[in-house]
Amino acid sequence: MTDLVIIGGGPAGMSAAISAYENGVKDILILERDDSLGGILRQCIHNGFGLHKFKEELTGPEYAHRYAKRVRELGIPVKLNTMVLEITEDKRVIATNSHDGIFEIQAKAIILAMGCRERAKGALNIGGSRPAGVYTAGTAQKLVNMKGYMPGKEIVILGSGDIGLIMARRMTLEGAHVKAVCELMPYSSGLARNIQQCLKDFDIPLRLSHTVVALHGGDRLTGVTIARVDESRRPIKETYEYVSCDTLLLSCGLIPENELVSGIGADISPVTSGSIVDQDRHTSAEGVFSCGNVLHVHDLVDYVSEEGEIAGKGAASYIQGTDVRNTDIKISVDGKIRYSVPQRITEKKDVTLYFRVSGVYKNVRVNIYGDDKLLISRKKQRVAPSEMETVKINRDMLDNISELSLKLEVVQ
Amino acid sequence: MKKELTCIACPLGCTVTVTLKGKEIISVEGNTCPRGKEYAITECIAPVRTVTTTVKCTDGSLVAVKTARPIPKDKMMEAMRIINYTVATLPISVGDVIIEELFGSSVVATAEKQ
Ligand code: SF4
Repeated sequence: MTDLVIIGGGPAGMSAAISAYENGVKDILILERDDSLGGILRQCIHNGFGLHKFKEELTGPEYAHRYAKRVRELGIPVKLNTMVLEITEDKRVIATNSHDGIFEIQAKAIILAMGCRERAKGALNIGGSRPAGVYTAGTAQKLVNMKGYMPGKEIVILGSGDIGLIMARRMTLEGAHVKAVCELMPYSSGLARNIQQCLKDFDIPLRLSHTVVALHGGDRLTGVTIARVDESRRPIKETYEYVSCDTLLLSCGLIPENELVSGIGADISPVTSGSIVDQDRHTSAEGVFSCGNVLHVHDLVDYVSEEGEIAGKGAASYIQGTDVRNTDIKISVDGKIRYSVPQRITEKKDVTLYFRVSGVYKNVRVNIYGDDKLLISRKKQRVAPSEMETVKINRDMLDNISELSLKLEVVQ
Repeated sequence: MKKELTCIACPLGCTVTVTLKGKEIISVEGNTCPRGKEYAITECIAPVRTVTTTVKCTDGSLVAVKTARPIPKDKMMEAMRIINYTVATLPISVGDVIIEELFGSSVVATAEKQ
């Protein structure tokens, strides 16, 4: 019997482990699929991490190192190269590695911290042939930064999310020619600073409202057809343009890697593809918590760590039997606000809501109603889907209400 | 003359407007914090960037490195060439100096390798 099993040793898992330990749970085991702690941060060698948490700019490996060091100092056991196969409703974790074979651990609580994966070519429906030379941006990042292989010389990137932008710069620095970054939407989903330092610094064109409609080539990619899209995101025939290239990188969104949850019947949000959780990141499966990108995709690792802390603390009080459930408040959104995490509140205390909007809106108010009463109204000049927003709800706002609704209202 | 810049000093990415008279900076507007002003001034006079990349180790594997301080923006490609010729001796800890001097900065390891 182990008090707490944490699945995933990336930023969410490490932070959850440290937080649970510091809140009194010492019997913890981290299971990690890779050969070292750190998760995706290990290949994110660029800087820009940790400004919230550490008040300085760190690279991904440095950020990971701070947490891995702390995990080591606390003596929290970690099993590396270990793949979790299944978790059951009664909180048995079935895992495998080459040393222990297949083994089973009975846990009192489980924290899911498996992260996310990239949306791949198959899910994108691009026409044309199926040559080599098409990679997700994250795969290319791993090849370049961890293995030292260059995926190609002449590059087109589809999708202007941060990974795509970061890889445009990375490939350029290593001598490749990035010919264009195409973005389906009329705005980039990446950070403004990355548009500047990854594209503009190197004169890489950003083609907004453009997509890749066909791949060309036999064994290897020889080019792609790109096109402008109309308002309903359909390619416009007259704008078809051939761009020769040997490599196409896809940076088209991330999806929580949540397959393990199917075994325990936790409710999944169709919007986030992550579990539905309460303020402690407790899922609807008793004793199972979730945090980080497996819960919802974050843009800043600092928020992932923060969420790990919340889940670690929540799991600790659950294990110690000190968790309180004195209310049941549903949190609803209006569609302009796409989702919020948590989705419900079961204990009256100060709670920070994290939420994302569904489009770019200017001059808006984020209004939060407790049943029908306006509790909070916050003015925002601009909100965008790529930026997670937060709002703090005070404990005393939670008395005598059954629902909190988040609404985005445009100011005239 | 007015110049619009995107501040890259933090993820907020404020649009900062610099008013120039010839080469002289008259005003900086739009920055949310003092770092934005600092950035805008440097960006107009002598832009700098931190370079993050990898370096080959004695066993053929890679270790992540960065310039400890930002270096002149127009020296990035040359810095890359020099870093790519360098071979680092194992073992390496986070913060180890891999290159003593490169365009006014050192190059340090950002990951560890046994
Ligand atoms: S001005 Fe300040 S707040 Fe705005 S991007 Fe620059 S550092 Fe960040």
